[in-house]
Amino acid sequence: MALPPYASPLERTWYYSYRILCGLIFFFLIAPILVIIPLSFNAQPYFTYTREMLTLNPEGYSLRWYRDFFGSTAWISSIRNSLIIALASTFLATVLGTLAALGLSRSHMPFRGLIMGLLISPMIVPLIISAAGMFFFYSSIGLAQTFLGVILAHAALGTPFVVITVTATLVGFDHSLTRAAASLGAPPQTTFFKVVLPLITPGVISGALFAFITSFDEIVIVLFVAGVEQRTIPREMWSGIREQISPTILAVATVLVAISIALLTTLELLRRRNERMRGIRPS
Amino acid sequence: MAQAEAAAGPAGGPPGGPMVTADGVPLKTSLRRAERRRKITALLLVVPLLAFILLTFIIPILEMLWRSVDNPALVRYLPNSIEVLQEWDGEQLPPEEVFAAMVEDLRVGQESRTIGQVAVRLNYEMSGARSLFTRSARSAEDFEPPYRDALIDANPRWGEVTTWRLIKREGRPLTASYYLSAFDLTYDDHGSVVRQDENLRIYGQLFLRTLVLSLAITLLTLLLGFPIAYLLATLPLRYSNLLMILVLLPFWTSLLVRTTAWIVLLQQQGVINSLLVGIGLIGDDGRLQMVHNWVGTIIAMTHILLPFMVLPLYSVMKTIPPSYLRAARSLGANPLVAFVRVYLPQTVPGIGAGAILVFIISIGYYITPALVGGQSGQLISNLIAFHMQNSLNWGLAAALGSILLAGVLVLYWLYNRIVGVDNMKLG
Repeated sequence: MALPPYASPLERTWYYSYRILCGLIFFFLIAPILVIIPLSFNAQPYFTYTREMLTLNPEGYSLRWYRDFFGSTAWISSIRNSLIIALASTFLATVLGTLAALGLSRSHMPFRGLIMGLLISPMIVPLIISAAGMFFFYSSIGLAQTFLGVILAHAALGTPFVVITVTATLVGFDHSLTRAAASLGAPPQTTFFKVVLPLITPGVISGALFAFITSFDEIVIVLFVAGVEQRTIPREMWSGIREQISPTILAVATVLVAISIALLTTLELLRRRNERMRGIRPS
Repeated sequence: MAQAEAAAGPAGGPPGGPMVTADGVPLKTSLRRAERRRKITALLLVVPLLAFILLTFIIPILEMLWRSVDNPALVRYLPNSIEVLQEWDGEQLPPEEVFAAMVEDLRVGQESRTIGQVAVRLNYEMSGARSLFTRSARSAEDFEPPYRDALIDANPRWGEVTTWRLIKREGRPLTASYYLSAFDLTYDDHGSVVRQDENLRIYGQLFLRTLVLSLAITLLTLLLGFPIAYLLATLPLRYSNLLMILVLLPFWTSLLVRTTAWIVLLQQQGVINSLLVGIGLIGDDGRLQMVHNWVGTIIAMTHILLPFMVLPLYSVMKTIPPSYLRAARSLGANPLVAFVRVYLPQTVPGIGAGAILVFIISIGYYITPALVGGQSGQLISNLIAFHMQNSLNWGLAAALGSILLAGVLVLYWLYNRIVGVDNMKLG
């Protein structure tokens, strides 16, 4: 929608003001995330740019909050806890979710709508309600304040994403490929591992990434179900913000932004690979 | 019968007879068997996840919903009093046998330390009930007949008909009182349902605030999301893919990082206030209060939920051929008319999907309001958390939660009608 050379002055004004408006909205989206990155290198315990920082004086910058972050046992153990919980729940969610998606995409699935609704429900129900329910139930069966409890809870939250992404991948799946494999004498498990799995891998991985980030970023369930032993990074940030706000949080935030950029890039590469493998060209 | 058919003809049966497979089974039966087998395999693949979700998610939620009507304390721990109270008409003070039964229950309750649960339960309905029960139970061992005078001597509230009406009313295994509280209703002295006193009506106001703030956030995300979704949908792909990163990066960034960022930006010693003071727009003593109130909640949540509006809008707009707009222009419509009458109606599914999605997420939001909302920016979720963790009135938390859940499920049903779960796009 480039501006045609015969555009009237009114159209010209509208065109440019629209572009400026969009620029401002994009600025609103991205600026808050970018603003905290330089602040995490602040030499002073302030949440605003000091005079030294603005004049680009090297004295205004330091790595003290990163040293704080990586030197604190509480933060280090929270990284470990987050990784344990996120990896275990991602594994559980991915295996169960992929199997279910394979079943759901068969044409002969009875009660498909009802089952899909139940499987998606962890994504729909507000987190505070899930957390409250899990708090009561997991306490009564001794799973509250254990790693297993948090992992099961996070796996439940992550499965809808795996089911949705893998089902979406299977929509374009050519079933004559499995029939071809079978007619060439491959038993079902060989067909699955040699034909089906390589084709749906991009969907499985992006579902797993969603499940991972869901667990890695989850805080409400952790607040209710986890104990002191299972404090994760978001839980540490939560108390950091509420109790003793220090720029260490900004260092943590910057590290997390870097992680999300890495995840975003991985997802984009996967999407391109998926399109290539299925013969869809970018229009 | 299969044998008869198999005997009738080796290769497919006689002309006009039922078709059979090579091993002689009628084709229809064979097909039905194969279909049943496929159905079972499909089910077997789904069953593990279904069982998992039922156990770890659905049952906990149903159990929590049950708590909103479950009322075991009095039935379990005041069994004698509840039984004799059934005969009582509720007009005059109950007879001596009721008092005797109560003293008996208090003695047992003191011994087994269960009277506290009764005291806590009734204290939700009547302030002062906690001390009434715990103190009377402590001295229950020393009471002498007639128990009516002994109890009324110990605490005059035993001589009030309303106390006994309350015990009789809550002496049932199910209660409606948590839901009544959640709707700002209560029982009057005669047991009929009336509205709560003006200054005690907090939940209605909070539900209303949750709805108003969520609507405001939905409207803001639509106002901000529509222009950029349109730009992304109409730009050539190599530019729009780059700009899409600006939408997706916040989407993938930790919620707590984004909330922290807004606290850093908005607080009184924060970036925006310092900037405004620096360029002289406001004085150092006139720093704006933008966080720890409802303004903070709206700004931060609009930012956090904006991608949820842009992505569905974008995917709908992407399917609208630009030639429609050109056709309208060539038929003489001015740009505004062409946009409003040709383009806008086609984006309605995207607007509906995005708006319901944002609305569903925001009415159940907890973290951001808790961190940036202060007093005036709290939503219904924060009150549920308060009753879960601080006041420990779990029945009321469950009642508030089930009302919220019902609202969300209705909205989700609408969303499903508009978009369909299968068409949900992620990222």
